[in-house]
Amino acid sequence: MTDTAAANSGSGAGNGVRPSVLIPIAPGTNRNDEMAQAFELAGARAHQYPLEAIRRGETRLSDYQILALPGGFSYGDALGAGRVLGLELDGWFRDQLEEARAREMPIIGVCNGFQALVYAGLLPGGDTRGALIENAGGRFECRWVYLQPGAAHSIWTAELEDPIWCPVAHGEGRYVSDNGRALADDDLVAFRYCRSDGSPADGQYPLNPNGSAGDVAGICDPSGLVLGMMPHPEDHVMERQSPHRRRPNGARCLALFTAGVKALAA
Amino acid sequence: MGVESDFAIVIGPGRPEVGPDSAIEKARLFGIDVDQIVRYRLAHVRGSLEGDQVEQLAIRLLTDAVGQWWMLRGEHQPPSRQGQVTVIETGLRPGVTDREGAELRRAAGSLGLPVSEATVADRWFVYGRLNPDEIHRLANLVLHNEVIERWQLDVLPPAYVDQTAQPPPVQTVNLGGLSAQELAAMSAERRLGLSVQEMAAIQAWFDGIGRPPTDGELETLAQTWSEHCSHKTFRALISTPDGRIDGLLSDYLRAATEQIDAPWVESAFVDNAGIVHFDDEFDLALKAETHNHPSALEPFGGANTGVGGVVRDILGVSAKPIAVTDVLCFGPEDIPSDSLPTGVLHPSQIRSGVIAGIGDYGNKIGVPNLAGAVFHDPGYTTTPLVFAGCIGLLPRGSNPTQPKAGDAIVVLGGKVGRDGVGGATFSSQSMTTTTAEVAGSSVQIGDPVVEKGLIDVILVARDHRLYNAITDCGAGGLSSAVGEMADELGAMVDLATVPRKYPGLAPWEVWLSEAQERMVVATSDPEPLLAVARRWEVEATVIGSFTGDGHLRVVDGPQTVVDLDCRFLHDGRPRLELEAPGVDYRRPPRPGSEPVPETVSANDALLALLAHPSIRSNEDVVRTYDHEVLGGTVVRPYGGPELDGPADGTVMVPPGTDETRGLAIGIGAAVGLGRHDPEAMAWAAVDEAVRNAVVAGADPTRLSLLDNFAWGNPTRPEALAGLVAACRGCHDAAIAHGAPFVSGKDSLFNEFVDADGHIDPVTPTLIITAVGVVQDLNVVPSTGVVKVGNDVWLVGPEDGELGGSHLDAVLGADRGGPVPPPDPDAVERHRQVHRAIVEGLVHSAHDIAEGGLAVAAAEWAFAGRRGLTLAVATDHGPRELFGEGAGRYLVEVAPDDADRFAQLVPSASRIGWVTDGDRLRVGPQLDVSIDEIAEAYRGHLAGRPAIADSGVGGIRL
Repeated sequence: MTDTAAANSGSGAGNGVRPSVLIPIAPGTNRNDEMAQAFELAGARAHQYPLEAIRRGETRLSDYQILALPGGFSYGDALGAGRVLGLELDGWFRDQLEEARAREMPIIGVCNGFQALVYAGLLPGGDTRGALIENAGGRFECRWVYLQPGAAHSIWTAELEDPIWCPVAHGEGRYVSDNGRALADDDLVAFRYCRSDGSPADGQYPLNPNGSAGDVAGICDPSGLVLGMMPHPEDHVMERQSPHRRRPNGARCLALFTAGVKALAA
Repeated sequence: MGVESDFAIVIGPGRPEVGPDSAIEKARLFGIDVDQIVRYRLAHVRGSLEGDQVEQLAIRLLTDAVGQWWMLRGEHQPPSRQGQVTVIETGLRPGVTDREGAELRRAAGSLGLPVSEATVADRWFVYGRLNPDEIHRLANLVLHNEVIERWQLDVLPPAYVDQTAQPPPVQTVNLGGLSAQELAAMSAERRLGLSVQEMAAIQAWFDGIGRPPTDGELETLAQTWSEHCSHKTFRALISTPDGRIDGLLSDYLRAATEQIDAPWVESAFVDNAGIVHFDDEFDLALKAETHNHPSALEPFGGANTGVGGVVRDILGVSAKPIAVTDVLCFGPEDIPSDSLPTGVLHPSQIRSGVIAGIGDYGNKIGVPNLAGAVFHDPGYTTTPLVFAGCIGLLPRGSNPTQPKAGDAIVVLGGKVGRDGVGGATFSSQSMTTTTAEVAGSSVQIGDPVVEKGLIDVILVARDHRLYNAITDCGAGGLSSAVGEMADELGAMVDLATVPRKYPGLAPWEVWLSEAQERMVVATSDPEPLLAVARRWEVEATVIGSFTGDGHLRVVDGPQTVVDLDCRFLHDGRPRLELEAPGVDYRRPPRPGSEPVPETVSANDALLALLAHPSIRSNEDVVRTYDHEVLGGTVVRPYGGPELDGPADGTVMVPPGTDETRGLAIGIGAAVGLGRHDPEAMAWAAVDEAVRNAVVAGADPTRLSLLDNFAWGNPTRPEALAGLVAACRGCHDAAIAHGAPFVSGKDSLFNEFVDADGHIDPVTPTLIITAVGVVQDLNVVPSTGVVKVGNDVWLVGPEDGELGGSHLDAVLGADRGGPVPPPDPDAVERHRQVHRAIVEGLVHSAHDIAEGGLAVAAAEWAFAGRRGLTLAVATDHGPRELFGEGAGRYLVEVAPDDADRFAQLVPSASRIGWVTDGDRLRVGPQLDVSIDEIAEAYRGHLAGRPAIADSGVGGIRL
């Protein structure tokens, strides 16, 4: 749904069987339309709102079943990618987020949304601290990557067995955890960069495009409800988006979104 | 608020400079030998921070939770044990766009920390023995750019804009009685860029109304009448030995469009962008711009705002930007730095800055970069070229263009600062050694987040029909935006209402400032529009109204800044008249003095060509651009099984359309021909753009074209004669192809005048962008050969020309001989290939361009990771292997389809097949492995391979 006004005309409430997804748009956010499209294809209703409209109370997170933070360059990525948005979420939006967490709401953040969730303290959660820092190569990278799903307890990866394939497009996606080590708790790794056959990328560029220790591409929190990932599954939800049009290899990412939507029905 | 103090907070760990674009590599380029350079971020904060508030700020806003630390600068010293360390600090000049500083101040405020000013700078530790001269050169050439930054040893105090500055009042400028010479001197002194005739017309008009002009009026006229805004050369009356040309634009470019009279063209040459049909519901908006002068001075900012500007042009016709393109031309990267004139940046510095600037803007506004090229040629050393294009999507009929008397004038987007003042006049004059100093303020740094907000607001406003007309604040700022919209209507503006970044701006500066991210709309009811803007956190202000009295009136509170008759502003410029005498503008390639071997190894020649900077892979560049955002990309710039083979054209499904068809983009240039034969270059560039679009699946009978000229000073006869010839070539080629021009941009005065007055003009350059429609996405050919056993067909002649060829370029000498001539027969070949594609016969295809058949075959085989065995003729000489020409393709077809293909493409001949081997063989002369191709194509050859007679596989030159 590209027209925000049209998106806003729908009620935010979960009417009927299709769960409602709130997609906030901060200044500098992009890929919100793709996020909305992915959730619509997965059977949800996507509602996009400028962050300022949410701040002013036009809608509330309590009216939705899923929160999705899209990619982009919120606030120009000044002071570090996703930091200012993370502060906003941790500031005036904190009460709504806590209420949502109490309701066990699925939350997904992709790319800039992931970075913001980390700064807001929602990922990895618990006592672990993490950060997404500048790519090892020192520059923005746009390329397709294979991802091996993990984190059996995550609602988002529940239906994924084989590797998925989608693009990365970021300059600050190298995940580091306490003292630069890989994520201590292996179970929280939702996606690792891998080869097309699923074997580990082993830090090898460009399979692992940013130098993340342990090939970490995405992580979830201990509850399995919150997922953050640097690559863009929302950019590979249709066959025609694959760079290998004549040799479709599956590996589409729609199952990730349907899993999140289905989890609500369970 | 208590007493304010300044705090300087260093953030670590420092980042050692490593890698190809690092400071240490650039230092080596300038012969400065450094052991190591480590960069720390340095945050300057002014405020009444107390107790642990500095620590809070540092932890919450400046460091991450893992591994980063902070300390006050006073405690931050280099380790003593590591020999000589020089500390240098660099920071932005006050007033330059500083998004980080602004966010730091804002975020501190939202945490309740009392901060009134903030900016983020760099602190460099330079390890190694350097003398004072080397330190100065390091700071000036590598660590900072004086156009936007400052530097100092050890400690650089932050510079904030003076918040107490008082604006100077409006001044009048006395023109009465000035002689022609005095008028010329005034134009030069004020950098107005106006000719004596134009100055005299202004003098006469103000004499007539009995008062002198204000500074604001003079500047408004200079901007409106500048080459940049009024395209006076392209509208000039030109006398030639063959008769008079009533304007290159109308007699050549627009005339071709009118003659073709294509039913899919909605509007051409009238607005910020051309508009063509996409399907029954949507139109595409097309525009390509140049941003050469600013990019020469401040490569990052120049390229950055080049993208910002062309995206704004697309917004200016109410379209959603959905793709950007970029074509970049630089000098040779291996040119010795001491051979550059003063005031010229090294090509490798320009290259890395420009590429970073292009990527930064497109990535941050979320528009995919889908097509482009990078060329290197000695003719771009002092005059680098940056072409930025944009494609937009709009529902048909959704772009209102009629302001009404009484409409409010609303300005949307960024606040006004001193940056960008005089951009139009600056870019309409030649560059000199001192341009950087005097025109520095014309260069800007973009703020893509503001432009992203503008996109969001304007699309909502468009869909709710909240405005009657829209235009962008380009060069000339409000003066050109409001001036253009007011046209015959007239307008009244009060500058006191215009939001400023800081105080102290002269009224005329507010009126002319060209901060990139601003649009102006006319609306009969501003409140709903202002409400949308507030919802998206975009600045929006009513600054005046359209009056209907035909006068442009601008006041700043009680002062009158401008009071001009709109007719004089828009029609008062005396038409430029130029002479294009019968000079021979052609410079046919002539044998140079360099000795050329009689025979070379075909293998070595191919590998050298593949490694040529204009041919080798640009994947490392393209990967820094987001070409996936919006999710519509179908054919990417690099494809094939490993996604590293060059695609000819690219394809996207515009988001929000019905998914059945795509748009294709093809770009054409013939950089090697510009200095030899501009008319042949125009034909070749159009042909290449068409070929690239055809390989991407577009219908060649339904293409729309954009032209971008980059030329030298048109008042020099040979430059003008060449320009006329290139325009004639564009006209004839467009008509031959049935492909109309819908928009374009000419950039003139691309030349550098050094301290001795020596003029170094740009290599005359023409970039053609072709945009078409792909009716069936399922038949789009693959990038790279696909299937072992398939036949390879050559479409077009078996040989090409070597004059101005890339083979000559790698041999380091022009060897004479004709350049590829205009080839009207190529038009039919494009159509034949397209018919075969539509029938689904074409597995893959590649156009034959720079480096001829051998290079095309090598790229194609590499892209598909398959071998090829080809034989074109009994003799495989340089013309067959490396000759260049129009309308030539390599096409992969299944053997079963051979008869049908031959029927559809009678101009094709079967020349070989796809093998499961790993070698490219062409006749007995050429035999290289895919690995060798890959190595050369990725630019991993150490220097130029020796081209010598190897005996075996030699070709006679």
